[in-house]
Amino acid sequence: MISWMAWTLPVAIFFSTIGIILVCMTVYELHSPCVERKGFLPIATTRGDRLFIGLLASAYFHLLYVGFSDMTLWLPLGLSAVWLAIVLRWG
Amino acid sequence: MIIKTDNNKAWWLVLPVFLLVAFSAIIPLMTVVNYSVQDIFDQNNAYFVGADWYREVLRDPRLHDSLLRQFIYSFSVLAIEIPLGIGVALMMPTKGRMGSLCLILLAIPLLIPWNVVGTIWQIFGRADIGLFGWTLNALGVDYNYASNTGDAWATVLLMDVWHWTSLVALLCYSGLRAIPEAFYQAAEIDRASKWAVFRYIQLPRLKSVLVIGILLRFMDSFMIYTEPFVLTGGGPGNSTTFLSQTLTKMAIGQFDLGPAAAFSLIYFLIVLLVSWLFFTTITYMDKAK
Repeated sequence: MISWMAWTLPVAIFFSTIGIILVCMTVYELHSPCVERKGFLPIATTRGDRLFIGLLASAYFHLLYVGFSDMTLWLPLGLSAVWLAIVLRWG
Repeated sequence: MIIKTDNNKAWWLVLPVFLLVAFSAIIPLMTVVNYSVQDIFDQNNAYFVGADWYREVLRDPRLHDSLLRQFIYSFSVLAIEIPLGIGVALMMPTKGRMGSLCLILLAIPLLIPWNVVGTIWQIFGRADIGLFGWTLNALGVDYNYASNTGDAWATVLLMDVWHWTSLVALLCYSGLRAIPEAFYQAAEIDRASKWAVFRYIQLPRLKSVLVIGILLRFMDSFMIYTEPFVLTGGGPGNSTTFLSQTLTKMAIGQFDLGPAAAFSLIYFLIVLLVSWLFFTTITYMDKAK
């Protein structure tokens, strides 16, 4: 039924991870609702804002890396994960 | 202060929208991501290529050129239409039949479909049968949008200004009408000049409608396809080929699904970033009030 979507394992893992992050954030939000706060980012953000900023910046970081380098993608992936954690905690 | 939620049953009301968005946006997006990492020959012959298409597209001078053209075009459109729209709104009569007539006249270009606008200007700009092209040539201006890059750009920009300045003007007009008379009376008592009234009363009050106008015009001009396609076909050469036309050529003209998918995801990320920046600006301004 979904063969027309031409699924590949890495893409499936990617979307599953995004899905798991969203479910976890929802559960976390229900358990302890977040309050908007100001961190090192120039604007006051909620937890969801910080996740969005982290993911969008990671996507751009990957594009920059792919545009200028032929090396493995594990490096930007690792750095993006660290960046995401930093933004979520201190952003 | 955190408000404790009693129950979350209202979320079920969001379910139809969620299903609709999944059907029309999320599932197609997932498919495009799958396409972007594969070389697809037919339904049974697809080969995983990793980030190769992204690499190819990101290093493609065609993409760089059309992206640059796209930004120049979108910013030119904003630079012309926003001040012009404000000017038109300021000059419009506020009451009576003339006011209504102006509103109707301004609304007319907005009702014309994109492909018709392209066709109108395609004929209007022709030197042999079009009034605009013929007049310019009769005045001694060597104007030909089909062979001269500058003329093609001027015509595409003029066409957009003709089609969409009304939108900005109507938005500003509604913003101006919402300013209470007391503000003008206070300005009159202070003997404020027309410029001071504009700078310190009208412009600050127009801020929110202007942000919406800028957002709408940026998004619309950033995805422009039909009008330049009908008017110039992207030419002369590639001089008026914008992002969406490059993408369509790649996806439908050459049937390069992999690179086209990678290209459209990059396009999507650009639109997402710009929209988010605008959205953040709007909400930030609202909070600052």
